[in-house]
Amino acid sequence: MAAPSGFGARAVKFLRARVRLLFDRAESLLGLAFPPAWNPLLNLGALGFFFFWIVTASGIYVYIFFDTGVTQAYDSVEYMTREQWYLAGVMRSFHRYGSDALVIVAALHLLREFGQDRYRGVRWFSWLTGIVVLVLVFVAGITGYWLVWDKLAQYVAVVTSEWLDALGIFGEPIARNFVAPGALDDRFFTLMLFVHIAVPLVALIVLWVHLQRIAKPRINPPRGLACGAFVSLLALSLAHPATSRPPADLASVPGEVGLDWFYLAAYPLLEILPAPLTWATALFLFALALSIPWLPPMRLARPPRVDLDNCNGCARCFADCPYDAITMVPRSDGAPFSAEARVDPGSCVRCGICAGACPTATPFRRASALSPGIDLPDLPIAALRDRVEAEGRRLSGRGRIMVFGCAEGVPLEGLASARVGVVRLNCAGQLPPAFVDYVLSRDLAEGVLVTGCAANACHARFGILWTEARFARTRDPQLRRRVPAERLRTLWAGRLGRRALEAEIASFARALEALPPPAPVRRAPGLPATREVERA
Amino acid sequence: MPELARWAGQLLFYGLAALLTGFFATRPVWQQFPKDRAQITIAFVHGGERKDACTKFAAEEIARLPPRARRPSDCGRERVPLRFELALDGRLLLARTVPPSGISRDGPSRLYEKLALPAGRYAITLRLADSGRAEGFDYERRFDIELRPLQNLAIDFQPDRGGFVIR
Repeated sequence: MAAPSGFGARAVKFLRARVRLLFDRAESLLGLAFPPAWNPLLNLGALGFFFFWIVTASGIYVYIFFDTGVTQAYDSVEYMTREQWYLAGVMRSFHRYGSDALVIVAALHLLREFGQDRYRGVRWFSWLTGIVVLVLVFVAGITGYWLVWDKLAQYVAVVTSEWLDALGIFGEPIARNFVAPGALDDRFFTLMLFVHIAVPLVALIVLWVHLQRIAKPRINPPRGLACGAFVSLLALSLAHPATSRPPADLASVPGEVGLDWFYLAAYPLLEILPAPLTWATALFLFALALSIPWLPPMRLARPPRVDLDNCNGCARCFADCPYDAITMVPRSDGAPFSAEARVDPGSCVRCGICAGACPTATPFRRASALSPGIDLPDLPIAALRDRVEAEGRRLSGRGRIMVFGCAEGVPLEGLASARVGVVRLNCAGQLPPAFVDYVLSRDLAEGVLVTGCAANACHARFGILWTEARFARTRDPQLRRRVPAERLRTLWAGRLGRRALEAEIASFARALEALPPPAPVRRAPGLPATREVERA
Repeated sequence: MPELARWAGQLLFYGLAALLTGFFATRPVWQQFPKDRAQITIAFVHGGERKDACTKFAAEEIARLPPRARRPSDCGRERVPLRFELALDGRLLLARTVPPSGISRDGPSRLYEKLALPAGRYAITLRLADSGRAEGFDYERRFDIELRPLQNLAIDFQPDRGGFVIR
């Protein structure tokens, strides 16, 4: 999709490929233990929400006991940790470790989307809002450490305020509040508590915005994964409860601090390096993170085109679009239907799932040109049919298989052979189920194999889900009942699944050979010559 | 993979995730400041005197001014920079000229410095000039102190409390 040029673009492409490979391998490794639906790396966004709610709920409980006085703050946290360790102490640990888990999954989520190249083009919006959320999570976490008012809090307070003072925009240096006992006011804690509560609320609003261009966002992890994560947090909280360091004492220097490296990893650098350098680096990295969707910009294919002559406003494309890029609007051509589909190119990722959902995208159409109600101009359904027919004519012998594969799944290069035809799609969901029937009924192959991304890891979110549902005849457009189940297989193996695909093809070919030969082709007048005809 | 092995794998993952989260939530420990040293923090905000002396207007000059701008004297806004020195056992350790803040250089001067020293006994001398004088100082304070390891000695300047304040 992208057309990078120049050294920078090549470097980004190289980095992206490496990150993607790393995630592919990690997902594959976790796939050995987890069912696809429970794989933590395939639920990072949902896990982020899960930990956010855990942090919120535990935070509300901890807030009941928290006191905002200079000395009372520490004492109240100690009370929770020592006296009421069984509930408030566990809640405090949940709050601490849940925050750590939140920042881990949020960072991994960001990195994974980068590797998947799902941050550019129309997805810039989700990327930018995601970056803002991550920054807010950091701010909330850091202010949280401040509130305990132990040695670590003192360290965080001094380093943060010195760093902020370096901007020179505050009339009175904030760091002066932390130079000596008695310099700090109770109201300062009230202010910090306000920030600690207000920032996550703002983050929640930005998270809502973050999901605006995504249809049916998964904001809850599957129950099994949620249980695993919860029990894991509980076990950690009981085995290694979050505790405070000795109380803050501004008459002494903390000396040695046990940093939470998930939130405070930059603090030693802030302390050691000159403030102008750290500010310049921080601003540069922030600007880079915000501008990376345009470094380089993604060159997208043309968006889907709606052909009103073939659109009856059935809304299947609207229901299937994973990015809310299609809306149904009142009919504009006077045809006797209530609505027509309209595509928002700014939200569309060109996956083609809409074309796969269109009931008029059937390759059997011969009386008129094959022009579905909605179609990708750069990979139209008619071109797919041509490709299928060309591949079908090329195949010979028993055990012939037509492989439909998506561009983001198993690599298909070099797979074609005398018995294997290959047709590439943007997404498995772009394949109208009628194509399976067409291939088998026209004897273009003896079996159809649809492959793509790994299960639960569809690059276009719903391609696998909708394909399986259409084949299972639980979602329109449904696969015709006359298609024999033994002649259709799916394999969701991802980019590392080439070996699995080859094994599946070999096994499928053997199974097809064991089946009776296909029935003679029944052709309506006007159909082009099929392979059977050529054989005859 | 057998079902039991899959469950064991999940358990291993959750265990490792918890272990790593718990570990990096507090470790490795960061030695932020050497254990055998003490710190002196000089932090104060103080405005130097006006750079230019005020000019008193004669009665006829005041009369010539627009009614709303009539005042007995005219004072420049700009303040002089502060000169600060800290000497340890008679040896000059820190000397700073602190400019006034603000675009018109009419705001107070702000000084925030931290010094790390080996713990021990010291004779400290603090000096400050806020009048713009070229030589000498307007304020001076000498004192002896035993600095403990990791002690933070804060030095403030509050003219209404006589000058340097040790906290």
